[in-house]
Amino acid sequence: MSNEKVHTILFVGVGGQGIILASDIFSEVMLRAGFDVKKSEVHGMAQRGGCVSSHVRYGEKVYSPLANKGDVDILVSFERMETLRYIDYLNAESAVVINDEEVFPPSVNLGDEPYPEDIITFVQRHFHRVKILKATDMARNAGDARMANTVMLGALSAFSGVNDSYWKDVLREALPERLASNNIEAFESGRRI
Amino acid sequence: MNQLMSGNEAIARGAYEWGVSFAAAYPGTPSTEITQEFSLYDGVYAEWSPNEKIALEAAIGAALAGADAMAVMKHVGVNVAADPLFTVSYTGTNGGLVIVAADDPSMHSSQNEQDSRHYARAAKIPMLEPADSDEARRFIKAAFALSRQFDTPVFLRSTTRVSHSKSVVAPEEPNARREEREYVKDPAKYVMVPGMARGRRVVVEKRMSALREFAESFDENVMELNGSEAGIITAGMTYNYAREAFPGYSFLKLGMVHPLPEKMIREFASKVKKLYVVEELDPFIEEQVRAMGIDVTGKELFPYNNEFDPGVVERSITGKSRAFDVPDLPGLPDRPPNLCPGCPHRGLFYVLGKLGVFVTGDIGCYTLSFMKPLEGLDSCICMGASIGMAHGMSKTLGRGDAVVGVIGDSTFVHSGIASLLNLAYNRSNAVIVICDNRTTAMTGMQDHPGTGVTLQGQATKKLDFEALAHALGIDNVRVINPFDLKETRTVLKEELASDGPSLVIARGACALLKSKESQGKPPLMVDVDRCIGCKLCLDVGCPAISWRPFDSLPHGSTEGKKRKRQEGIALIDVSLCNGCGVCQQLCKTGAIIEVEANE
Ligand SMILES: Cc1ncc(C[n+]2csc(CCOP(=O)(O)OP(=O)(O)O)c2C)c(N)n1
Repeated sequence: MSNEKVHTILFVGVGGQGIILASDIFSEVMLRAGFDVKKSEVHGMAQRGGCVSSHVRYGEKVYSPLANKGDVDILVSFERMETLRYIDYLNAESAVVINDEEVFPPSVNLGDEPYPEDIITFVQRHFHRVKILKATDMARNAGDARMANTVMLGALSAFSGVNDSYWKDVLREALPERLASNNIEAFESGRRI
Repeated sequence: MNQLMSGNEAIARGAYEWGVSFAAAYPGTPSTEITQEFSLYDGVYAEWSPNEKIALEAAIGAALAGADAMAVMKHVGVNVAADPLFTVSYTGTNGGLVIVAADDPSMHSSQNEQDSRHYARAAKIPMLEPADSDEARRFIKAAFALSRQFDTPVFLRSTTRVSHSKSVVAPEEPNARREEREYVKDPAKYVMVPGMARGRRVVVEKRMSALREFAESFDENVMELNGSEAGIITAGMTYNYAREAFPGYSFLKLGMVHPLPEKMIREFASKVKKLYVVEELDPFIEEQVRAMGIDVTGKELFPYNNEFDPGVVERSITGKSRAFDVPDLPGLPDRPPNLCPGCPHRGLFYVLGKLGVFVTGDIGCYTLSFMKPLEGLDSCICMGASIGMAHGMSKTLGRGDAVVGVIGDSTFVHSGIASLLNLAYNRSNAVIVICDNRTTAMTGMQDHPGTGVTLQGQATKKLDFEALAHALGIDNVRVINPFDLKETRTVLKEELASDGPSLVIARGACALLKSKESQGKPPLMVDVDRCIGCKLCLDVGCPAISWRPFDSLPHGSTEGKKRKRQEGIALIDVSLCNGCGVCQQLCKTGAIIEVEANE
């Protein structure tokens, strides 16, 4: 991919899913690959189960850490319904990676509203570059359900075109050593999707 | 080596590089990590003070003693610290003194959207505003240099998007420790009685005029001329948005937002045909530019409220948006933040919601209890307001059984103690509850005087809430376990019925604290056969409990007979539950059982 364009990745999901860590790892990979990088998210309420979104932008020179609506190249959604909350950031050519899992918001838990249906078909109707995976199951198979965010990074890495070694170095450094090999396995299972 | 840092990490780094030796703060999003990060550097002193006023006063003292000191707070913290702030501007500082104020456009984690730049102007204190992390690192150093050069406190303003964005930083080696300036007794400078203050008042104006001169040559006020068609005056993070949206425009990027460099602004205005000021929140720069007699466009195009992004700037000027328009996008349920599973606030507010009283609330995680289904909190204005408001309401209503004031432990220490004294002194009838979860949870689990540990991890005197209440003159002091609904209800009812002010301390550790200390109980689950679908357990609003209508469940998972009597069942997500047992106390059929008991 060219160095002049500023690339924008939007990570979204629910507090507690490891979204900020995933976007930190992605940013570090891009920094090592030689890009200027900026990222932004809102902390604070994240742990309390609210919506979380993290913007990562990289290129030759990046000004804004926040994406303009319509400009996101890849949406990485850690929760099925959250995908739709950020559709206005995308364009018809955007790639979408979705973890096909649901986390109920309070109104659904209370039975006041249904969880929206047919999200995947909706996304597939509007976008032609869509990857769907069950990241938590895949992470469990790799040794620990909490590595779902690594699986998602694996799926994202297939689009990003930087050398694999950057990914593996950063993944190894980001986690305690005993988890490293499981983590690489989780990453690769995502990458194969 | 270049590295990615958040603005907050970079401010801490810059402070360390400069040689700041003293930092005092009260937590507050988005400022919290500055002090946390700074506290980890070698050879520095950093503390959580009980509130921002105390933090600033401590930093003033440290600066007076010759150190370079900073006080760090979120925007509303400046309100609390405003009293010393306005007068330290008169006395000057001896050592360096910087107040870091972090604003929160869009109110991601705040109760209002106030613009701290007004404080700089009102208190006659210079203010710097960085646009990214490396600037944050450099500007905190520039702020200390200014403070020492002009003997003035200096503001460093951040916003959520500066504090919580990461960008590339080029750290430098720390300075050799600057010589500490000896303190001198100088009543004319430090004793602000009217006679002396009148003298200092004049010094302040002289200093401001020297600072205005300085601003003209300050090397972080930068003109970037890209053509004469249009120019944008801007500062801080908004520069990035505007620069990205309009790369062909000229820019005057102000690193110092108070005082403004008038000559530079005039020169810039003369070089462009059309002039905009792009700034989030109030038209702070715009109004001053207009007062210079310069024709400028600002808030007639750009919003007053909410943070900007490149799209907001672009749309405001061109009228066009590039947002992807998908007409058949289905509506989505909201996803507000919620109390965690196992949160001690849940049981307390479940009971309060059912008592039929007005609950004056305060700020902390427990504020979330205003929402459905708990609906156990009826007001939130600022930290500490609950107790004063409960007092005023119960005086006005003339009844002791109508109002409960609730306040978190950290908030109580921040600004509730004097208000509790007022209850005793002015003979109130209100009931006050301290939600004592042993931490400052909302901002990420900071210690405070009630936890007995300092920011730098030292064991210290632990504030004894019971003894304090007695000393303030509150005779009815009760301690309850908020996970026990019956006890909570009984004690609250007794205290509502009793005469005089009461303090109830609801003591139960924050669920996140518990998981750290791994003292969680075994999770609970629903025995599907015994669940009659009454939905009582849903009333606590726990994220681990969800309602499952039968038609949403795969067939065969429950018996056909059941489907005739009820519409669905409640399920507990075992991976989220930490066994606090509050829902179990509501279940009339014993359908909520320990996971292990079932195995
Ligand atoms: C003047 C001021 N300073 C800081 C904050 C940020 N803030 C909001 S709530 C809170 C503390 C909450 O702690 P606590 O009262 O113990 O309640 P908890 O979140 O633990 O339930 C803080 C620091 C604020 N809103 N206002």
